[in-house]
Amino acid sequence: MIPFLALVRKDLKLFFNDRKAVMVGMLVPIVLAAFFGYLFGGQGGNAETSKVAVRVIDQDGSDISRGLITNLSDNKTLDIKPSALDAAREVVRKGKAVAAIIIPKDFGRDAGRALFTGQNKPQLTLLYDPSRNVELSMLKGMLEGAVMQTVSKEMFSGSNGRDLLNESLSRVDSDSRISAEDRKVLHNLLGSVNELNAQRDRDAATGQIPVSAGLTMPYQTHEEAITSGDNVAYNGYAHSFGGMGIQFILFMGLDVGIALLMLRQTGLWQRLRAAPLSRTMLLGSRTVSASLIAGFILFVLFTFARVVFGVHILGSFAGFVGICAAFSLMTAAFGLMVAALGETVEATRGYSIMATLFMVMLGGAWVPTFVFPAWLQKLTVVVPTRWAMDGLDSMTWRGLGFPSALAPIGVLLFFTLLFGVVAVMRFRWSADG
Amino acid sequence: MLEVNNLTKSYGKLVAVSGVTFRADSGQTIGLLGPNGAGKTTTVSIIAGLLSPDSGEVLIEGKQVKSDTDPVKLKIGLVPQDMALYDELTARDNLTFFAALYSISGAKAKQAIDAALNLVGLSDRASDRVKTFSGGMKRRLNLAAALLHDPQILLLDEPTVGVDPQSRNAIFDNLESLKKLGKTLIYTTHYMEEAERLCDRIVIIDHGKVIADDTLQGLHKLLPITNVIAVELDTADGFKPEQMLALPEVKSATLSQSTLRIGVHDLSRGVPSVLRWLSENGHPYHHIASEQPDLETVFLTLTGRSLRDA
Repeated sequence: MIPFLALVRKDLKLFFNDRKAVMVGMLVPIVLAAFFGYLFGGQGGNAETSKVAVRVIDQDGSDISRGLITNLSDNKTLDIKPSALDAAREVVRKGKAVAAIIIPKDFGRDAGRALFTGQNKPQLTLLYDPSRNVELSMLKGMLEGAVMQTVSKEMFSGSNGRDLLNESLSRVDSDSRISAEDRKVLHNLLGSVNELNAQRDRDAATGQIPVSAGLTMPYQTHEEAITSGDNVAYNGYAHSFGGMGIQFILFMGLDVGIALLMLRQTGLWQRLRAAPLSRTMLLGSRTVSASLIAGFILFVLFTFARVVFGVHILGSFAGFVGICAAFSLMTAAFGLMVAALGETVEATRGYSIMATLFMVMLGGAWVPTFVFPAWLQKLTVVVPTRWAMDGLDSMTWRGLGFPSALAPIGVLLFFTLLFGVVAVMRFRWSADG
Repeated sequence: MLEVNNLTKSYGKLVAVSGVTFRADSGQTIGLLGPNGAGKTTTVSIIAGLLSPDSGEVLIEGKQVKSDTDPVKLKIGLVPQDMALYDELTARDNLTFFAALYSISGAKAKQAIDAALNLVGLSDRASDRVKTFSGGMKRRLNLAAALLHDPQILLLDEPTVGVDPQSRNAIFDNLESLKKLGKTLIYTTHYMEEAERLCDRIVIIDHGKVIADDTLQGLHKLLPITNVIAVELDTADGFKPEQMLALPEVKSATLSQSTLRIGVHDLSRGVPSVLRWLSENGHPYHHIASEQPDLETVFLTLTGRSLRDA
C-alpha cells in the first residue's frame, strides 16, 4: 500500500506543483463554457436570439404584396427590410441576410385567382445564402403561412379581392375545361363567399363585429419549458460547463498517456521497473491519480458554474458524483490506452488529439446532439462522451433522479474496462520498448 | 553474490548481447568496459530485471528474479544512465518517493534519506527543487536514490556521463565509500581511467561479447609489453626510433616531439639496455620515467581498434 499511495501522491504533487498550468487548465474551460453557455440560452434560457434577416423586393405594389410584407414584419423571428433587387442580392451574397424574397409584378392578382382555380400560380423567388439552410427552411414555412393568410384575407374581405372573386366567378362559369359538376360546386362556393362579404357589410353597417375574414391559423401555442420543476428556467451554462469539463478532462487523460509514453524513454521508468512493483500497481496508481485530477477539474468547473452562473445539481447529487467518477475513471483508462497503443510521442499526440476531438464533438460537448442528423444521433450512442453529457444534463438542469444516472454510469464503466483491458494487454513493459 | 550466465539478447537481426558471462563476489567492484553500443546497458538492464534475456540466466545469491514483485529485487539498486529524478520535486521529496517504492516510510525512510544525502554530500540542498541542481549534483542524487533500501548490489550505468571533473571525483569518492561498506558494484563505463581507478575486475565487452574478464594486472599480462619507458631527449633532431628495435628487450619505440616511448616486456632488463644504447649512440637525455600501458592499449590489442573510435 505504501508504494501505491506514494505513486498516486507523487502524480498529484507534480500536477499541483505546476500552478501556472493548473490555473490555465481551469481558466480556459471556464472561459469557453461561459461563451458557449451564453450562446445556448444563458442563465434564464430566454435570452433574445438574433433575428433572421430577410430582404423583400416588392415589384407588385398591390394590397396583397403590402399585406404580405406587413404579415412577415409582424413575426418576431424575422427582420424584414424592403430592398431593391441588386442591393438585396449583394446583401445575401455577403451573408448579411439569409434570403431575399422577390414579389413579382401582378403577384396579388395572380395569387388571388389561383387560390380558387389552382391555375397560373404566380412565382415567389427566394434568393438565399446556401450556408444557412436551417434558417431558410424556417423562413419558407413562415412565408407559406403568411401568403395563405394574406391572400385569403384579401379574397374574403378586400375590395380588390371582391373584384377578383367576381372575375373568378365569371371565369368558372365560362371555362369549358371545368366539368359541369365542378363548375356547379365552385359557383356555389364563390357565390357563398360573395354572400358572406355582403353579410359582413350589413353587420358593419349595423355596428356588429364581423367575424374574421380569410384563413387564419386554427390554433395558438402555449410554450412551457420542461425543466426540473415549475418556475425553474433552463440554464444553458449547465450543458456548456459539462461539455467543456468533459473536453478538457479528456485532454488531461491524453496528457497522462503521452507523459507515460515519454516516461518509458527515461531513467525514471527503469527505476520504477527495477523496484518490486507489480504492473497492476504501476498502471492502477496512474489510473487513480488521473481520476482524482479529473474529479478535481470537474469540481472546480461546477463550483464556478454554481457561484457565477447559478448552475445547480437539480437532480440526484449521488448520480452526479457517480457520473463524474465514472467519467474520470474512463478518462484515465483512455490515457493508459493511448500510452499502450502509442509508438512515438509525436505520432501518438497527433492521432489521439484527433480521437479526442471526435469523442468531444460526437458526444455533444460542443453543441447539443439534437442538431445532428438523425443517423448521427443514433450512431453517437457508441461514443462514451455522449453518455457522460446526457448523464450530466440529466443530473443538472433536467433534474432527474438517481435511476437516470445508472445507464450512463454503467456505460462509462464498461468503456473504462474496455480501455483498461486494451491498455494492459498492449502495454509494452520492457524498458527497451 | 551475482552470477551472469551466458546471456543472449537480440532485437531482430541485431545481436545486442551474446553469451555474456561473469560473476561478482560480495564486496567486489566489476567494471563493464566497452564502447558505446557494446551491450553494457543491455546487460545491466537484464540484471536489473528490466529486460528478459532470450537465453541465459542471472542469479543473485543463487536465485533468479521470477516476477515483478520478487523480493530478490530488493538486493539490487539501479543507477540508470539517464537521470531518473523528478525536477519539479525537492531532493528530499524525490528520495521519499523512491524509498516508498520499497515500502520504506516514516522514521526509517527519514534515516535512510539522511544517510544517502550525507553520503553524496547533498544534505544542505535537501529542500531545494532538483531543477535548481547542477548536472553533477543531479548525478549524485541519482546515486543516492538507489541506496535508500540498502541494496547489496549496485548497478551503475555510466554514472559520470556529462559531469565536470570535480563532480566526477566526488562520485568516485562516494563509490569508494560504498566499496568500503562492502557493497558489490557493477560499473559500466567507456572511460578507461574510471575502470582502472575503481574496479577489482574488468569485463571488456565488444559487439555484445565478453572479450576479456580479469583483474587489471591480469589484463596487462595479455599485452606484448608490460611497461613503457618514457625518455625526454635533449634533442630529437635526426633521431630514428626504429633503430632501437634492434635491441632484444625493446618491443616498440615511438617518438613524439622529444619524448621517446619504448615498450618493453621486462622493465629490469629493459631500462639498463635502453639507457646504455642512448649513451653509446650520442643521444643525451634529461628525464626518464616508466608507465604501465592503460586499458586503451589493452582494448586496442584485443580488438585492433581504439576504444574511443570503436
